[in-house]
Amino acid sequence: MTTNQTPTATGGRTSGRPSRGRAAAPAIGLVPFVVYMTIFLVVPTVTVVVGAFQGPDGGFSLEKIKALGGETALGALRESLLLSVSSALIGAVAGALLCWAVLASPPASLLRRVTTAVCGVLAQFGGVTLAFAWVATLGFNGLLTGLLADVLGTDPNGASWLYGLPGLVLVYTYFQVPLMVIVFLPALEGVRPQWREAAANLGASTWQYWWQVGFPLLRPAFLGSALLLFANAFAAYATAAALVSQGSPITPLLIRASLTSEVVLGQSDFGYALALQMVLVVSVVMAAYAWLLRRTSRWLQ
Amino acid sequence: MKIRHSLVAAAAAASLALTACAAPEKEKADDDGGAGGVAAAKATSVADFGTFDDLVKAAQAEGELNVIALPEDWANYGEIIEEFSEKYGIKVNSAQPDASSQEEINAADQLKGTKRAPDVFDLGQAVALANTAKFAPYKVQTWDDVPDAFKASDGLWINDYGGYMSIGYDSSVVPDVTSVKDLLKPEFKGKVALNGDPTQAGAAFSGVVMASLANGGSADDIKPGVDFFADLKKAGNFLPLDPTPATIESGQTPVVIDWDYNNAAIADEVDTWKTVVVPEAAVAGYYFQAINADAPHPAAARLWQEFLYSDEGQNLYLEGGARPVRADAMVESGTIDAEDWAALPQVSGEPVVVTDEQTAKLGEYLAANWAKAIR
Repeated sequence: MTTNQTPTATGGRTSGRPSRGRAAAPAIGLVPFVVYMTIFLVVPTVTVVVGAFQGPDGGFSLEKIKALGGETALGALRESLLLSVSSALIGAVAGALLCWAVLASPPASLLRRVTTAVCGVLAQFGGVTLAFAWVATLGFNGLLTGLLADVLGTDPNGASWLYGLPGLVLVYTYFQVPLMVIVFLPALEGVRPQWREAAANLGASTWQYWWQVGFPLLRPAFLGSALLLFANAFAAYATAAALVSQGSPITPLLIRASLTSEVVLGQSDFGYALALQMVLVVSVVMAAYAWLLRRTSRWLQ
Repeated sequence: MKIRHSLVAAAAAASLALTACAAPEKEKADDDGGAGGVAAAKATSVADFGTFDDLVKAAQAEGELNVIALPEDWANYGEIIEEFSEKYGIKVNSAQPDASSQEEINAADQLKGTKRAPDVFDLGQAVALANTAKFAPYKVQTWDDVPDAFKASDGLWINDYGGYMSIGYDSSVVPDVTSVKDLLKPEFKGKVALNGDPTQAGAAFSGVVMASLANGGSADDIKPGVDFFADLKKAGNFLPLDPTPATIESGQTPVVIDWDYNNAAIADEVDTWKTVVVPEAAVAGYYFQAINADAPHPAAARLWQEFLYSDEGQNLYLEGGARPVRADAMVESGTIDAEDWAALPQVSGEPVVVTDEQTAKLGEYLAANWAKAIR
């Protein structure tokens, strides 16, 4: 197998011990990237953290952090988590099933190539475009709204659920499923037929194989992918902003409200605390994701 | 002021294109300009420039004017910008037409010291009164026509136009509206929209105040208004959709709670569109005009003020359905456009104007309760 040959090949090459100068050379290529990351990731994060702990006079203050415990902020966080968890779960399960169905056909088959290509496009189809697509389909004057009214006799004026949390779950799921296919397909492909044969040789039924071998092997990859989906939904903003104009139900929209409000003044600094809260949630999720990814790679290579 | 989030920024593109075409006559001379420069930034009236013609010359030497948050379809600003630009040959750069008042101030802070900073502001009450330190005092020639309640005695700000909170509706779709409570009727299922989120947008805020007055509340107590919208939501009548001229024309928002000048303007597009100011709940509101103390084009900013408060500028507001602040004086002198003046929606009853302290208090209540009410 190729995997067995690779280490010896590279081992032969690296045994010559490169000098320090040559080791530093590739790092120079990284400089633009590091600069970029510093400006657009590190600086904003530090600004957010500092801003969240700053009082109106510039000194240290826990006032904004305390305000996170307010009813509106907590409500938004709860809805945000609910939205992210539900759309991630639906996306993960539906996406995994789709992966499994696609894998039943041979690797070079048209079905498989089309599915992966379509998923690659749809996973990136978010934001305002997506919101409008749904409004045009299911919104108050949507195409499907009229059709459903004619055929099923539903309310021809449409329903307002599309513009609230249930609508967000539906719309988010639209890009969650393809994303799941993209990140989970390689893991599912990594499951070797030999394992199944081995299980069969030992007298295991299909059910037993999946229960005792397949699922335990895939669990870290599945959970890891689901976490990625969670973070994806948690941070999404444009779709929700285009769809929901009332009540700022989720945290990203609450941040918008605190920045632009012309009614409730002096709120713009509260955005720092809300942003810090989001950074923390995503950090925890990403740490868990990295840990699960390590566990997956132990088996599926 | 006008949080609208109309996502297709057609207005932005159009206004940019228009102003880009409007021949910048004098591109040179940013430095000389006689009374320009420091003197212009300190000028508190035309007299500081000499004559009005000197002000025009100084403004033309600057050649440009930066405005922000002026939607083309709001109080006729599209035409106002165009007329000003044509009349004086000054290029108007209109940024972020759909931004809010707070975003105007944010932009002034962020762009301070650059040539792109806004020269003038058009602000909602709360934001204007909280930021007077950023304004440059200036008194236009028609200053005395404006009632004292509508201007700062030191010239830092002056109201420009106002209106009443109104209910606009497509009379071919819903029955006639005579009171706020009518909106709870089953005929209005899935049809009533509010212009913006009241915790963010001044217009929507005043809409909730209107609903409050109609339901036994007052300018000090907005709870009945929030409860009314909760009932509206429960009845399935409340649309969680941000109304724009586009949603109205396409029939998605047949009933819209907004300033009467915005609703009245729709009648040009939708023949059956009617606007009513509910007698038991007449909420009046004026916008605030001010010059940025750090204006990159101080003379042009002052000329813009003069234009807005001239008969021509005030009539242009009126043409857009807004009530110009000099209206009373202009009616007296006969310079008002009588036809447009008569076409404004009738208002009976004592108008309520929410004070700044009341706004702050009501805003806090809304921030804590609005999201719950319409969930």
